[in-house]
Amino acid sequence: MNSYNADTMHINTAQDAAADGIQFYDIVIIGGGPAGLAAAVSARKNGIENILILERDNKLGGILNQCIHNGFGLHTFREELTGPEYADRFIRQAAALKIPHKLNTMVLDISKEKLITAVNSTDGLLQIKANAVILAMGCRERARGALNIPGSRPAGIYSAGTAQYLVNMEGYMPGREVVILGSGDIGLIMARRMTLEGANVKVVAELMPYSGGLKRNIVQCLDDYGIPLKLSHTVIAIRGKKRLEGVTLAQVDENGKPIPGTEEDYSCDTLLLSCGLIPENELSRGIGTEMDPVTGGPCVNESLETSIPGVFACGNVLHVHDLVDYVSEEAAAAGKNAASYVRQADGGADTAPAEKFESGDGATPSCKDQSEIPLISTGGVRYTVPKTVCIDRMEDLLTVRFRVGAVYKNSFISVYLNDEQILHRKKPIMAPGEMEQIILQKTQLEAVKNLKTITIRITDC
Amino acid sequence: MYDVIIIGAGVIGSAVARELSRYQLHILVVEKEEDVCCGTSKANSGIVHSGIDCKPGTLKAHMNLLGNEKMEALSKELDFPFRRNGSLILCFSEEDRPRLIKLYRQGIENGVPDLRILEKEDLHKLEPGVSDQAIAAVHAPSGGIVCPFGMNIALAENATENGVEFRFDTEVLTISKIPAGYQLLTNTGELRGRCVVNAAGVHADKFHNMVSARRIHITPRLGEYCLLDKTVGGLVDKTIFQLPTSSGKGILVTPTVHGNILIGPTARDSADKETTDTTAEGLAQVLWSAKRSVPDLPVRQIITSFCGSRAHEAGGEFIIGEPEDAPFFIDAAGIESPGLTAAPAIGCHIAEIVCDLLSPVQNPGFNGHRKGILDPKTLSKEAYAQLIRNHPAYGNIVCRCETVTEGEILDAIHRPLGAKSLDGIKRRVRAGMGRCQSGFCSPKVMEILAREYQISQLEITKSGKDAHMIVGCTKSDDIPL
Repeated sequence: MNSYNADTMHINTAQDAAADGIQFYDIVIIGGGPAGLAAAVSARKNGIENILILERDNKLGGILNQCIHNGFGLHTFREELTGPEYADRFIRQAAALKIPHKLNTMVLDISKEKLITAVNSTDGLLQIKANAVILAMGCRERARGALNIPGSRPAGIYSAGTAQYLVNMEGYMPGREVVILGSGDIGLIMARRMTLEGANVKVVAELMPYSGGLKRNIVQCLDDYGIPLKLSHTVIAIRGKKRLEGVTLAQVDENGKPIPGTEEDYSCDTLLLSCGLIPENELSRGIGTEMDPVTGGPCVNESLETSIPGVFACGNVLHVHDLVDYVSEEAAAAGKNAASYVRQADGGADTAPAEKFESGDGATPSCKDQSEIPLISTGGVRYTVPKTVCIDRMEDLLTVRFRVGAVYKNSFISVYLNDEQILHRKKPIMAPGEMEQIILQKTQLEAVKNLKTITIRITDC
Repeated sequence: MYDVIIIGAGVIGSAVARELSRYQLHILVVEKEEDVCCGTSKANSGIVHSGIDCKPGTLKAHMNLLGNEKMEALSKELDFPFRRNGSLILCFSEEDRPRLIKLYRQGIENGVPDLRILEKEDLHKLEPGVSDQAIAAVHAPSGGIVCPFGMNIALAENATENGVEFRFDTEVLTISKIPAGYQLLTNTGELRGRCVVNAAGVHADKFHNMVSARRIHITPRLGEYCLLDKTVGGLVDKTIFQLPTSSGKGILVTPTVHGNILIGPTARDSADKETTDTTAEGLAQVLWSAKRSVPDLPVRQIITSFCGSRAHEAGGEFIIGEPEDAPFFIDAAGIESPGLTAAPAIGCHIAEIVCDLLSPVQNPGFNGHRKGILDPKTLSKEAYAQLIRNHPAYGNIVCRCETVTEGEILDAIHRPLGAKSLDGIKRRVRAGMGRCQSGFCSPKVMEILAREYQISQLEITKSGKDAHMIVGCTKSDDIPL
C-alpha cells in the first residue's frame, strides 16, 4: 500500500464506486459475532466513522446467542455473564456508536481489491468497496463425515452446536438418550444442558488421552452430574436405519486405533459430536490470503493483518479460542490496526481526534519486507498468532497466543530472540484444550541486533 | 385398474414411467420410501460409463452404449447436470498391459467411440494428478458424470407432469395373477394393474419370484464411498479407474458434476437388503485404493462417507423383459452398474415391451421438457439482482456451504413430487451437502418445511417415517423427571 499514492487511489475508488452503484466504506467487517462487534467498536473508537458490519444471521451476537450458560466476561467485564448478555454489551456499544450493520446478509465473495459481493432479501445483490476488511466469520464444527465414523446414517446425529441451537433457541429436544463423542467445550456444555432438560446423557467419549475442553467445564458439566468421561475412546459403529438406535464405543491405542475386545454397546437415540472446530475461511481463501495449515486460519502479522494488505482477521476465523474474552481483546486490536491502516492509506495524516488513540501517533509506520521477523513454533508449541512481527509497527506490548500439542506438567514456556532466552516461565499444567499466551516487549526486541527469529518452545527444565 | 404399475421410483422405475408417459396409459409408480431416489439410485458413483468393460454381446453392453448415447440429449431435455469428462483406466505394471490391451479391444468390439491407449507421458499430460506408477491407460472420451439424484428426480418429475401417478410410503407385500393382469397387496391397500414393471432394485427378486417359477436371486453388493470437499475438486478432471477385477470396476476417483471429488466403491456382498452401513475396513480400503490412482488425495478433505447397494443378480446380467411363465410382468432386475448409464435405454426398451402388450395411443399432451430448480449461482449478477427483486427468498442464503437460497428450497418443496424431508431437500438443491454437513442449515430447513407444509417441527423427518429430527419440546410435560 505504500508504493502508490493511496489518497488519489481512494478518491478514484469512491467516485467509481458511486458511479457503479457500489457502496463505499472505510472498513467492512465480515461477521457480527463477538469478534466482529469488538473489532467494529474498536475501529470506531480509533477514529474511523465509515464502518459497516455484515452479518449472515438474523441478529447480531453470533454463536453467543445460543450459549445461554454463564461464565462469559470474567476478564472483560469482571463479572460473570451469559453468552447473550455478553453479546448484548457489545451490541449496545456498537449501537451507541451508531455503527451500521446489515443482517441476513451473506457475503459471497471478496476480491483482492476488497470489492465485496453480498446478498440479502431486501437489498438484493450488494457491491461494497472497502479500504480495509476485517474477517470475523467465526468457525464451524467438525461433522461426522470428516471423522469418517462407520455405520448407518440415521436421524439423531447432531453436532453439539446444532443441538445447542435446537434446545436453546428453538426449545426442541433432539433426543432423550444421549451419547456424546468428543469432549470439546460445546459437547461438555451440552452434556449438562441435555441433562437439565431431562435427557439421559450416558457417556462422553474422547479419542485423545486428554479432554479438548476446559478443565472447569469437565468439573461443572460432567463431574457435577455424574456423567462419565471416557478418554482414549471413540465411536466405532452407528446403528439404526431411520432414527439412531445405538452406538458402539471402543478404547483406542496410542495411534487412535480401536482395541479389539474393548467394544461396549450403548443404546441411544442421539449422538452429539463435539470433535473440534474449524475456522470458516472460504472467503479468506477466495481473497487469496496465505493460510496456516495448523490453525486453519489465515497467517497474520503483529497487526493481525493477513498476507493481503488491508485485510485483517480476528476471533475464531483466525484460530479457535476457548474464551470469548480473548476474542474480544484480539478483535479490538484488529479493529485498531485496521483503523491505522485506513488512516495511512488516507495519506498518513491523522484526521481523527488524537485523544482516541492509545499509542498517540495514530498512523501505522511502514514495515520494510526484510524486517518481518518470523515467530517459530517448536518443541510442543503447535502454532502462534501472530506468525510474524515487524518491530517498527508493533506496539509496546504484543500478545502472542498459542496452543500446545499435548499435555505438559511442570514444564516451561521458553522464548528465544535468535538464540538468547528471554523468557522461561514455569506452568504446572498445559493442555491442548487451553490456549496459552506470552507478551513480547518492543524494547526487548529492539535491543537485539540483527534479530532474525523469535522462537517459542516448551521445555522440561 | 391401472394399465401399468411400476414398482420402485428409483432411476429405472422413473425412466420407465417417463417413457410410458408418452402414451395414453393409466400409470402408477409405487415406492416404499417417502421420495423418489431412495435406494440404489441415491448412492452410487454417478458415472456415465463408456461401456468398455461390459462383456460384448450382453444386454449390459447394449444398454450401456445406448444409454451413454442418449444421456446428453436427455440431460438437456430434462435439465439435469451431466458432463462428458472422459474416463481413464489405469494400468500399473507391464505384467498387466495385456489386460489393458484386452480391455481396449473389448471396448472397440462394444462400439465405444474414440478409444485410445495412452503411454505414461501422454497420460500424465492429460491428467497430471494420476500416480507415477501408472505406466499406461485407456482413455474413453465418451465416459461422463451425471448427478444421480438430479437425473432420477428429473425423470420422475417429467413423468408426473405427463400424468403418471406416484404413491409413496407404499410397500408392495404380495403380487398375484388375476385374469385381467396382476393384483398387488400393499400396506396401504390393494392395487390392480394390467401390466407390472418390476424396478424394485435389490428387492426385485422377491417380486419376480412371487409370479414366476424361474427363480432369480439378487444379492445386495455394498459399495462404500467417501466424498471430498469442493476445495479439492480440481484434483482430477477425468474419471480414473483401475483395471477391473472379478467383483467389478474397482475403486475410482472422479470429479462430480457439482465439483467435489468422489472416491469408491468397495464391493462387499451382504445378506441384509436394508443395510447400507459403512465399515471401517471398507472406508480404509477406499482410501488406500484411491491413493494408488491419485497419490496426492487429501484425506483430510473428506466431508462425508456413505454406502450404496447394487442389485447383483447371480447370472451377472441385466434381466429385462417378461419371464416366460409370467406374461405382462416385466422385470428390470439385476440392474447393477452400468445401470445408471443404461437407465434411459432401459426405460425405452421396457416402454417398447409395454407398447407391444397394450398397444396404447400417443399422449397428445406429452411434453418431454422439464425445467430444473433454478440455481441463482448460474445467473449473471444483473439477472440475480432482478430475481431477488421479484422473489426476495432468493436473497436469503439458507445453506452457507453450498450457497443455497430459500427460493430454491421453496421450489424444491412446491414443485411436482416436491421434497418432504431434509434428505429430499438435500438431494434436490444440495442444502446440507457441503462441508458442514447440515450443521448450520438443518434447523433452518426444518423451519421452512414445517412452515410450508403447515405442520409441527416434531413431524419433520430426515428421510421419511420414523426418521424424526426432534423428539419433543424442552418445556413440554412429557419430560421424565
